[in-house]
Amino acid sequence: MTLIDIPRTVAQLLAPAPDLATHLAVHGPTPAIGTALIPAAHAADVRGRGGAGFPTARKLAAVAAAAAGRRATVVVANGTEGEPLSGKDKALLTLSPHLVLDGLDAAAGAVGATRRIVCIERGNRAVGAAVAAALAERGDPGVEVVTTPRRYVAGQETALVDLIDGGAGRPTLRRPSERGVGGRATLVDNVETLAHLALVARHGPEVALPALVTVGGAVTRPGVQEVATGEPLAAVLDRAGARRPRAVLVGGYSGRWVPAATALRLRLDPASLAAAGTGMGCGAIAVVDDDSCAVVELARVAEWFARSSAGQCGACTWGLRDMADATGAVHAGTRAPAAPADIRRWAAMVRGRGACKLPDGAAGFLGSGIDVFAEEAAEHQAGRCRRADAGLLPVPTPEAFR
Amino acid sequence: MTGRLRVDPIDCAGHGICAELLPERVTLDDWGYPIVDGRPIDGELLAHAKRAAAACPALALRLERGRE
Repeated sequence: MTLIDIPRTVAQLLAPAPDLATHLAVHGPTPAIGTALIPAAHAADVRGRGGAGFPTARKLAAVAAAAAGRRATVVVANGTEGEPLSGKDKALLTLSPHLVLDGLDAAAGAVGATRRIVCIERGNRAVGAAVAAALAERGDPGVEVVTTPRRYVAGQETALVDLIDGGAGRPTLRRPSERGVGGRATLVDNVETLAHLALVARHGPEVALPALVTVGGAVTRPGVQEVATGEPLAAVLDRAGARRPRAVLVGGYSGRWVPAATALRLRLDPASLAAAGTGMGCGAIAVVDDDSCAVVELARVAEWFARSSAGQCGACTWGLRDMADATGAVHAGTRAPAAPADIRRWAAMVRGRGACKLPDGAAGFLGSGIDVFAEEAAEHQAGRCRRADAGLLPVPTPEAFR
Repeated sequence: MTGRLRVDPIDCAGHGICAELLPERVTLDDWGYPIVDGRPIDGELLAHAKRAAAACPALALRLERGRE
């Protein structure tokens, strides 16, 4: 994953500091501020950077309340990053693992955790080595590292708790903040969120928090960028070398498609994105240009969604399969005139019907895609799409569930 | 007393009995799984809701008591 050099005007997450000496030179030590982290995180408006965007102070407070009742608590750093478009957590863990570990310690101090766990995806050697080296350097034997299966829903917070407790790593309906690892109240935070907490503990609630985004698709310089909150999306796309964007996917595969004319007016802050019906999500952004076929990308990602289902919830198991087949039919131009309407209807039908947010993600991606690319979908159905399959959106093969 | 219906999507196996017993609040999606209206239930309908929850073979339909 390439890093794009940009002018640094904010606290740096990606300043290369893989070793402890450089980390301390760049960031200084992170003071132990205990429960004072919670109001500071609230004041700094730290939000979950794994996709949900939930206010982190509220999660901290919920778990800290359990600790105040003299119950042991657990903190989990989620560095699994199963979102195929995203590379920012891998970049952060590789370049600045100590900042994440500082955040893990700060969060553990705030919620009185007695167990600290870092989750990373199985098979990612660079990330595993960076985390192991950082832990060795810190001389801290108290942090456990857990590797997770290579599939998207395994990174969902309830699935991590399930895996840590010896399960297969499937989502559950138990709220980790109430009943998490070993039945204890558990804080599960994305690794970038933890890095933000480290910056807040170090610099106070007035610190200007940066955000990491990953830009891919029809761009000449794909990769991870560190941006300021509120930065124009157009500037981010410019740096990535977007060529004639037709539409932009904002928020990764669980985000939404936005027509280029709208996308180029957006700013990367929650309010601006919400007005366009989307959000930061995990910060992954993908561009589709005029020359490339979008419907083939929709069909491939729809298939990935269907295969990513853990098969636990009916609407997800069957709904995502039907949505993938309908999208495939639109792409192939088979006689399925009702397919786009079916996709829209099923998108509304599966939303909110799973134990995790996988069906909601598929609904947002396909529901917005079939509208934004309606004209091209009609061309496919008439057998007239002449655009090339540029292979813009990556689709790994998920590991099978046991 | 009031109650609210909730379905556990993992436990639910799509038997569909709830939609038979309580069509006022439960419809089935295109795959036979229940879409449950989570608004408060009271009065005469409450007895039917209790019966529907008790009849679920997967024990996936729950009637949660309201706090009033």
